[in-house]
Formats: sequence, C-alpha cells, structure tokens
Amino acid sequence: MPAVVGVGYYGFNTNTPDMSWKEIMYEAAVRAYEDAGIDPRRDVDSFVTCAEDFYEGFAIFDEFVPDQLGAVVKPTCTVCADFLYGLATAYMQIESGLADIAVVEAHSKASDMKTFGEIIRHAMDPIWLKGVTRAHPYYFAALEMSYYMNKYCISEEAIAEVVVKNKGNAILNESAPYGAKLTVESVLNSPFVFYPMRKIEIAERADGAIVFVVARDEIARKITDSPVWIKGIGWWSETSSYDTRSFEALYAYKAGKMAYKMAGIEVPVKEIDIAEIDDRFAFKELQHIVALQLAGKFEVCELMREGYFSRNGSLPVNVSGGNLGVGNLLEATGAQKSLEVVLQLRREAGRRQIDCELGVAQCWRYIPTASGAVAVFGV
Amino acid sequence: MAVGKKEISCPPSAEGTGLSDADISQKNVTYFEDHPNLAYSWTAGQAMSRFLNELKNGKLIATKCEKCRRVIFPPRIYCELCYKPIDDWVYIKDTGVVQTFSISFIDPDAKPLEKPVIVAVITIDGASPNMGIMHIIDEVEPEKVYIGMRVKAVWRPESERKGTITDIKYWKPLEG
Amino acid sequence: MEVEVIKGLKFHKKQDVAIVGAGMTAFKRRMLETGKELSYYAVKQALEEAGLDIKDVEMVVLGSAPDAFDGISLKEEYLLEGAGGCDRPYMRYFVGGGTAVFAPIAGYWHVASGLADVCLVVCEEKMSCCQPHPQSAFKYIWDPILDRPLKPNLIWIFALEMRRYMHVNNVKHEDIALVSVKNKANALDHPCSHVAGKITVEDVLNSEPMALPVRRLDVSPPSDGAAALVMVAPHIARQLTDDPVWVTGVGWNLDTTHWTNRDLYFPRYTAEAARMAYRMAHITDPRKQIDVAEPYDPFDYKELHHMEGLGLAKKGEAPILTKEGVTARDGDLPVCPSGGLLGVGNPISAAMGVKVCEIYWQLAYRAGKRQVAKEVTTGICQAWGDLMQIGTVMVMSNKR
Repeated sequence: MPAVVGVGYYGFNTNTPDMSWKEIMYEAAVRAYEDAGIDPRRDVDSFVTCAEDFYEGFAIFDEFVPDQLGAVVKPTCTVCADFLYGLATAYMQIESGLADIAVVEAHSKASDMKTFGEIIRHAMDPIWLKGVTRAHPYYFAALEMSYYMNKYCISEEAIAEVVVKNKGNAILNESAPYGAKLTVESVLNSPFVFYPMRKIEIAERADGAIVFVVARDEIARKITDSPVWIKGIGWWSETSSYDTRSFEALYAYKAGKMAYKMAGIEVPVKEIDIAEIDDRFAFKELQHIVALQLAGKFEVCELMREGYFSRNGSLPVNVSGGNLGVGNLLEATGAQKSLEVVLQLRREAGRRQIDCELGVAQCWRYIPTASGAVAVFGV
Repeated sequence: MAVGKKEISCPPSAEGTGLSDADISQKNVTYFEDHPNLAYSWTAGQAMSRFLNELKNGKLIATKCEKCRRVIFPPRIYCELCYKPIDDWVYIKDTGVVQTFSISFIDPDAKPLEKPVIVAVITIDGASPNMGIMHIIDEVEPEKVYIGMRVKAVWRPESERKGTITDIKYWKPLEG
Repeated sequence: MEVEVIKGLKFHKKQDVAIVGAGMTAFKRRMLETGKELSYYAVKQALEEAGLDIKDVEMVVLGSAPDAFDGISLKEEYLLEGAGGCDRPYMRYFVGGGTAVFAPIAGYWHVASGLADVCLVVCEEKMSCCQPHPQSAFKYIWDPILDRPLKPNLIWIFALEMRRYMHVNNVKHEDIALVSVKNKANALDHPCSHVAGKITVEDVLNSEPMALPVRRLDVSPPSDGAAALVMVAPHIARQLTDDPVWVTGVGWNLDTTHWTNRDLYFPRYTAEAARMAYRMAHITDPRKQIDVAEPYDPFDYKELHHMEGLGLAKKGEAPILTKEGVTARDGDLPVCPSGGLLGVGNPISAAMGVKVCEIYWQLAYRAGKRQVAKEVTTGICQAWGDLMQIGTVMVMSNKR
C-alpha cells in the first residue's frame, strides 16, 4: 500500500504578486522533498501535475512543469483534474511497479485570471448551455442549491452554520487567508448574490501550491517514521449533461464507495475520525457529508447545528477552515484537503490538532461538472 | 461478460462528413459561434522580473549556478539540473551565435505574411553552451543566414523600451 | 541515503495487460459530428472488436490535447458521455501531442495496478472548431514572456529543429522528403486516411514554403477524429480471444521547458522514454528485436529523428535506412505501415489510432492490406509533444 512520506506547500494567499506560478511550485516542492528527505533528481521515478489549461492560461500547460519540480528528463505527466486524481495516478503507478517514489503536485494561481466567470462559463456545453445567459456561472450552483434545499428540507440556518464553523476554524490556521469570527445571524443578514445563495457562502479564490511525495510501502517504512497510508482512493464521474444529473452529489457517493471498499471501511460514520470536504459553496459541505455516508440525508442539518461536525465534535469536518476559510484553490482543492488530513494524522496540525487515526479527503471538480474523487488516509 | 472477439476488418471503412472552408463561410453547416473573453495577467516572478527590468537598461542578465557552474539564460531562481536555489546574477553580452534558423512565410494564424521573417535560436555570448533564446533576425538576406553566424542585438531606443522581449527589435549580423 | 540502496525498479505489477480491441474514425475535417459523437463511434468499434459491452467497462481513460481546439474548458467533462465515462471512474491525461501514446500508457497502469480489469482508452480531437485556423490554438502554448511577444507560429519550432537535425547529421531535404512520399503512399491502404496519395520527392520540394525548411508536404494536416482501445487483464483476455496482444513495456519522459537551452538535433526525451520501456520489455537490441515501428511523424523529418531516438537507427542513419527501403512496408523494419500522420492525418491525440491501434492490428495480423510482409512478434509505437519535450513509448508483443 503506497504511503505519503512528505508534504510541502506554499501559501495560501489571496494574491501572490511577487512569485510566478513556477516559483510557487518550486517553493512547495523544495519543502516536500526536504520533509521526505529525498533528492528529486536521484530518487523520484515519476512526477504528476494536476492542471487545467484554461485555469492556467496556456494551451498545453504540461510544457511548463518539469524544471521547477526537479523533473527534467524524468517521467512526468499532467492529469487534467483535481489533485486527488493525481494521487490516484501515483497510486496506480506504484502498484503497477512503474514507480517506487512518485511526486504529485497541484497549484492554484487564481490571481492570474482576470475573467474567472468567463473562464468557468467556457466549460459549459457550447450548444445547450453556453449561450443561455451571460450571468456569472455561479448561478449553476445556486440552481442546485435550491433543488437540494427543497428536496431535503435543508434550512438556511444550517448552511449559515457551515460558514460560521469553517471560517471560525480557519482562524487557527496560519495559512488560511479567509478566517473570520461570524455568527449565524450575521451570515443570514448578509446579501444574496444568486438567490438562495449568499455571497458569503461562496469560497473566494486563493493562490497556493502543494506537493506530496508518495512511496511504495517498503520504501516508505525505511525513509520515514510517520508514513501516512493511502488506504483507499476513488474517483467517479456522473454525467456531463447538466439537466440530467442527480443534484445529490452521486459522484461523491460513488467515489467514496470505491475508496471505502479499498480501505475495508464498512460503516464510515463509525470508523472515520476526521473529514476534509469540498465546501466551495457552503451547501456543498452538507451535500457531500451525506454523500460520503457520514450523516443521514435528513439529519445532517440537525447534526450541523448540534456541533457534531465542529472541531471538538464527534466527527470534525473541515478543521482546516475548508475552502470557505482557506479559499477556492481550483485543482489544488483536493490537495489542501489531503494536506490537512495528513498533518492531522501525523499530529503536526498545531493548535487545531484533534485526535484521529483515519481521515477522508474529498473534492469535486467544480462547476459545471459532476465528477469528484475521495481518498482515505490512515496511520 | 459479452460474447467474445469479432472478426471485422480493422479499422472498418469509416466515412465522415467532410468540411471545407466554403462550408463555413457560406454557412452551409449549423454552428454556434462564441468569442470568449479569457484574460490573464501572469505574475512574471522573481527571475523574469529582474530580466525584464534589465532589458529596459539594454542589458541581458543571466543567473549562475554555484554547483554546476552553468551560466543560465533565460535566468531562473533555481537550477533545474542540480535542483538548488540560485542568487548569483551575471550580465552577459548582447551578441551571440545562430544555433538554428528558419524563414517563416506564415503568421500565428497560418495566414501568409507580406514579408517572410527570419527566426532563429541564438546562443548568447557569456552564457554557458546551448543557452539560447528564440528571436528574429533582420538586416540580412534570408539566403545569407547560416548556422554559426555571429549576430548582435539591435535595441529599441531607451525611451521606447517597455520591459518586454521585443525591447530587442531584432538581431543583425556582426561583421568581422 | 538509504533510498538508493533499496531502490531499483523491478516493474512488479499486479497483473499483465492485454489489448483485445481497437477502433478509430476517419481522420478528416468535419463539422457534422461533434467531439462526443466521434468518441462514440471509435468506442463502439473497439468494443465490437473486443466483443464487449459498455457495461463491462470498469474504468475509462481519456486522452485529448489542448482544450483550446474544441474551445471548451474542462474538455474531459464535456466529452464524458461520448467516451463512455458516465457513471464510472474516468480520468483525462494530457501531455501535448505525446498523449496519443500516453493515454494507453495510463490505461496500462489502470489495469496493471489491479484497480481495473477492463479499461477503455479513448482519444479524441476536434481541431476544426478552432477558428480561423487550428494553429491559432497554438498561439497559447508559448511562454508568455519570452516567446509570445514575437508572434510565433507553431511550425517555427519544428523548422528550427529540422534545420538543426539536417545541419548536424548532414542530411539533405531530398532524403527527408522520402518519408513523406512513403507514408502518403502507405496511407492509400488505410480506410481512414485524409491525405493519402502518390507523390514524388519533387512534389515535396516544390510545395508551398511554410517556414523553411518546412514546406506544405513536409507537414501532416490538422484533422478531426477519435480512436479507442480496450485493455484488459489476462483472465478477461482468455475469455475473449486466443491471441491477444500484450503490452510489454511503457516509458515516458519530459525534457526541460527551456527548449532553446537544448541541442535540438537529438530527441533525448524519446531516447530516455525508450530506455525505460526497453528495460521493462527486456529489449537490449531494438534494431534486431523490434519487427514493426510506428514512430510519431507529424513532420517527415520527425520520423527519422524519432527512429534515432528509439535506437532503431544510429544517429544520422535513419535517412539511409529510408533510402534503402528498409523502412518500407515490405522492408526489414517497416516504419509507419499505417501511413502515419503524414498520410492518414494528424488529429493530435487521436493519432493513437495510427500508432497504438496500428501496432495492435499488425501484431494481431488484422491489418488487412496494410499488414507488413515479414513475420511480426514485437512492435513499438511512440509519440511526442509539448514544446518538443515529451517522449512516450509503448512496446507490444503477441507473445506473453
């Protein structure tokens, strides 16, 4: 079973005017290699980057990857997906005997994008959706939110509770730029941007880079005392037609099922100690908690209000501050989730440390997709 | 599990619906047109910022790796081979040698150019071997360009320099 | 450091990987079929040849080059349905033009790792969506600071590389043009071909100049198309067929971004990728052990360049082999018997159809009129891409 033997990150900031995307990747990579105690030029067999062309502003982003990772004239590739897909790639490469040590990188240089809404709109089906309206594509999420709230009696308060919890958690996270002390009332009094969604329920963008070093078990045991095992990994795609999908995060349910099966987890809610879940829109956290079988469809609101998912609750969710606190890291979202789980499992999370042995990280591929991935980590 | 392998010719003859330029211009096909407004402003970063600012002064700057002793151009803040950070800056010359060249008759959209341009990879004097950039060559007949030709940068007047690679207008042959 | 002592790749995999079916659409400019539909046609053929149903497919790998061609961001999500990725794990890999062979390499590790027993690999490219010309998309592959202000065309870098190759190895354009002549003639037998034809060396040398030394007939045309491949575990292969084709070696390698800092005359990245694949496939003398090759040939000089990178010819020897007819379909080392990209067409990643699929068909003796004259056991295919940076190599054999 492959294990994470080194992590490094740079950020997370609302803007990074002094460093290019290459340089933040370099900073994160150097830290990860130092953490793992390896020399990338000698020890690493495979490098994987997770990037989307239009998020970077290039036609072939893969070109600009090798130098800053130490990957020149080495097996290197790009996965057009979230970091967790890259981690799955490293997992498969190791299990296939193609690599003993693999490196996975993801980053966000969201501040380089000047027309973010237009770039997301560019991902829509050109015939059916793109021409419908020039409104900011966040309305996609609002439509889904509206459906989800109605179907499962989700209260506005529960969603406000997610914002309060995550932004509150972020205050203890030095690398989270969007921490804040809020109350449910203040959230409910804040303005709507896409009814029924409030502006404060949408994660702001952030910059950052994250690098993981993953190794085959035998090697992992040799080079570190605290390997974090990748016990299970899953990824799943639902459909690309916006109008026929379930709006119930089926992708997260199926990806979770795949990862849980691999990890031998039968009752996730009992066995999992910590979860880092995609909350780029606040309601998504509730939806994803249910999809990952960490709460029942109709009880999730109640549990959220009771503080079941808070830092000192029974099942802490998004202790790092989540995307609402750390920011929308685009394809590095799953990386920030995994990073938090790994730090927690290694007991290196500082003031936000909780007691845990098994954690789950989940990501979604953002609007307008219904795809996502899940990883289960354990010590 | 289904039925087992079929004997078919591989690949089977596959007709498709062809398309010519006229089909588009005469709107013979149904299509949706979109002109997305995708704008980016990339942070140049530490190495490139210094490099671009030096261009304004009419100078080329490189970095030097302490370990492998290479003078690296275009500059970066890490040596990709040694994987070490670099903070040693050196000026290099604005003369160089043509490593390879091409005479281009088309623009970026594959439309014909009025006057062909000569494009070359030029290795810069003062940097390590093979440390070159792509740039334009002018003030010479295309047929007179050869690999190994020595060239010199022709700079824009200082007032017109903006800190881009085009602050060098082009490179011209260096006599003697 | 201890790592060094215990390391040393042994290529221990969970299970072997067999190819049991392949499909591709015609390569041509088209407007009626969308990218999704093209993918569907290719997948349908591949599954039909394999004798499988879409329900049997456990995971899907998509290979597709720049989003800018289709004009859709997150293109993989858009193509999802056509590629058969609905309701199953689905992932897209992208290494520029190298994707044509990289996507099957990714399919290989999906199966070899034991995560999937049946993996469908789909490659799609629809370049004609991009206006005014597919090459417009390539404006955005350049470094925004160093290259883009010079308003480069993609052909430039290839012209620069070709000139360097000709200069260092003392090769004449006539010798290079022979590749174009051979491949376009081979493509006459390919039902999917776009630009097959009987041409002469003079036709190539007199064709319209694009970026000298590159002329119109040195270049493969942009096309639309899709290709698909079914990769399975041994126990599935046994149920489907008596003679599957096995993947015996894979390799990939990415060189530095700073292409102007390299000597372009030799493709180091391809040589390194081949070294990895040969080690895995236990190939020590590629020239002798490999029976049929499909190196990436978007430009005629590239076939020669890549043959040298793959060790199928010594440096500077590939043009001589071509002249002597060794690389012809009835030669001792048939190269691009499909007609390659120069003859069949170049829909970037969908080139998988004339690279990986072709070697599969050749080794399975199912290539029909294109079947090479000699007896074949081992074949190699290779692709290349990014800023002349990546080499992706796959070695296959009809013996396990």
